[in-house]
Amino acid sequence: MNEENKELKNGENEVLLEKVREIETAKRETEKVDSKADDKNDTSKILSEKRILSAPMSVEEAKKKMGSRSRRTFLIGGVTALAGIFGWRSLSDETKNDLYNRAFRFNERVSQTFFGKDDLAPEFPREMASSRVNGAIGLGEDFDVGNWNLQIVGTQNPQAFPQFSDNITFEGEDNAPRSMDTPPAPNDSVSGLILSLDDIKSLPRVEMTTELKCIEGWSVIVNWTGARFSDFAAKFAPSQNTKYVSLVTPDRSYYVGWDMPSIMHPQTLLAYEMNGQPLTPEHGAPLRLMTTTKYGIKQLKRIGRIEFTNERPADYWAENGYDWYSGH
Amino acid sequence: MKRLEKKHPLAIRWLHWINFPLLTVMIWSGILIYWANAIYGVKIFGYELFHFFPPWFYDKLGIPFRLSEGIQIHFFFMWLFAINGVIYFLYLIFSGEWRTMLPVPGSFKRALLVTLHDLHIVKKLPPQGKYNDAQRSAYTGVILMGAGSLITGLAIYKPLQLSWLTSLLGGYGWARWEHFWLMILFVLFFIVHVVQVAIAGWSNFRSMVNGYEAVDAESKIPESALNEKGGATV
Repeated sequence: MNEENKELKNGENEVLLEKVREIETAKRETEKVDSKADDKNDTSKILSEKRILSAPMSVEEAKKKMGSRSRRTFLIGGVTALAGIFGWRSLSDETKNDLYNRAFRFNERVSQTFFGKDDLAPEFPREMASSRVNGAIGLGEDFDVGNWNLQIVGTQNPQAFPQFSDNITFEGEDNAPRSMDTPPAPNDSVSGLILSLDDIKSLPRVEMTTELKCIEGWSVIVNWTGARFSDFAAKFAPSQNTKYVSLVTPDRSYYVGWDMPSIMHPQTLLAYEMNGQPLTPEHGAPLRLMTTTKYGIKQLKRIGRIEFTNERPADYWAENGYDWYSGH
Repeated sequence: MKRLEKKHPLAIRWLHWINFPLLTVMIWSGILIYWANAIYGVKIFGYELFHFFPPWFYDKLGIPFRLSEGIQIHFFFMWLFAINGVIYFLYLIFSGEWRTMLPVPGSFKRALLVTLHDLHIVKKLPPQGKYNDAQRSAYTGVILMGAGSLITGLAIYKPLQLSWLTSLLGGYGWARWEHFWLMILFVLFFIVHVVQVAIAGWSNFRSMVNGYEAVDAESKIPESALNEKGGATV
C-alpha cells in the first residue's frame, strides 16, 4: 500500500514537474519574443544612437546654465537674422541687379564648361508636332516679304562673294519701339553680304521635330525645316576669333545676342518651314532662328541681319532683366 | 536633479536656420516664375477642385509680371540653397547624426501609429530615440525632397545638357510638374513642422537654438557610460 502510494506520488510529481517546466519554457519563450520585440521597436537601439548628458546638477543650476546659453545663442541668431534682413534691404536695386547679372554670368561659365556639340535634345515623331503663337516684337505690319533679304556682316573675305555689298543699311524709318537708348545696330552703312532666301535654301536641307521651350514655362513640339546655322557659317565663314553673333529684325526692334558654341550647335537652324509649310508671318516669315540650346526669347523671328562680332551683342530681353545666355 | 542633454550640434542648428530663409526665397521666386505659366491644379474626374493659384493669391502677394525677377532670384539663391543642403547632408553622414534620423525597418508602420497618437486617436506611443518614427520618416523625406528639387530643377534648367535626366523624369513638362509638386510638399512639411513644434513646446524649440534641453537626472545610468566629470553618453 505504502509502496503503491509512493509510486503514485512520484508519478504525480513527475507530471507536475513536467508541467512546471513547460510553463517556464513557454514563459521564457514569450519573454524572449517580448524583449526582441522591444529591441525592434526601440529605433534608437537599432542604429545605436547616443544621448549625451551632462553631470547631474540642481534644478536652479540647470536653469541658470540654460538661461545663459539661451541668451547667447538667441542673441547671435537674432543679430544674424537682422543683419541678413537689413543688409539685404540696404542693397540698392542696382547692386542687386549687378549681383544677379554676375550670377547669370557665373552660371553661363559653368554651363559652357560642360557644353558640347554632342549634347543633343531629344527629337520627336513628326505626328507629335503642333504650334503656338507667342510674341510679335519685331514683326511690324510694315513689311514686305517680297522685298526681304538677309544682311550678313562680319564674314571673312566678303568681296569674294557675288552677294557682296559695301552699302548695307536697315530699310525704312528708324521709328521702331525700343527698350534701350542706343539701337542694337546703328543705321550706318556697312559692307557685307546681301543674301536671298534661295541662298539659305541652297544649303543642306535639315528637318527636325524638337521641343521649343518658352521662358514662361510652357513648351511645344514643332517640326522645323531649314539649314543648320553651322552649315551657313561654313559657307559664309565668320571673321577670325569671332565670339558672338548678333541677330536683328529688319525694323531693329528685336535683337538677340548669341555665343558661338550655342549657335553652331547641330540643333540650331535657320528655319524657313514649320510643320511642313513655309513660315507664316506670325512665326517669323521668311526666315527665323530655331534651337534646342536656348529659350524661345533667343529664337529670333524674321531675321534681318546676322552679324559676327567680338563684342557681346545687345539683347532685347537681357535689357529687360532676363539672362543674356538663357542656355539649356 | 537635472542633466543637460546635448540635443542639436551647432552645425545642424546653423544649417537648419539658414535653410529656412533660403527655402522661403526659393519658393517665393519659384512662384514668381510659375505665375507665367500657371497650369497646375488638383483634378478629380476632370473637374478641377483647386487651381494653383487663385487670382486673389497673386493679387494679394503682388506676384504678377515678375517673371524676370523670379528667374534672377531663383538662379542666384539656388547655389546657396544647394550648397547649404549638401553641407547638411554631408554633416549628417560624417557626424553620425544620421542614426537619429534614418527610418529603420518598421518605421513607416510606426510612423502611422505616431500620427494616430498625435491626432489623439490612439493612446499608446511607440518607444523612440531622439526622434519618433514619424519624425524619422519626415526628416529623411524632406532631405530626399531637397534632392528631388535640385534634380528636377536641373532637368528644367538644362534640358539639353542634361537631356538624359530630363528624359528620365518623363520629359520637360513632367520635370516641371514634379518640381512644382515638390514645392507643395515642402509647404505642407513646413506647416506640419511648425504646428508640431508649437505643440511640443518651448523647451523643444529652444533646443534648436541653444542646442540643449534639461532632462530629469533620476534614471539610472550604467557606470561604464559615465565619464570622469559625471556626464554620460548612453
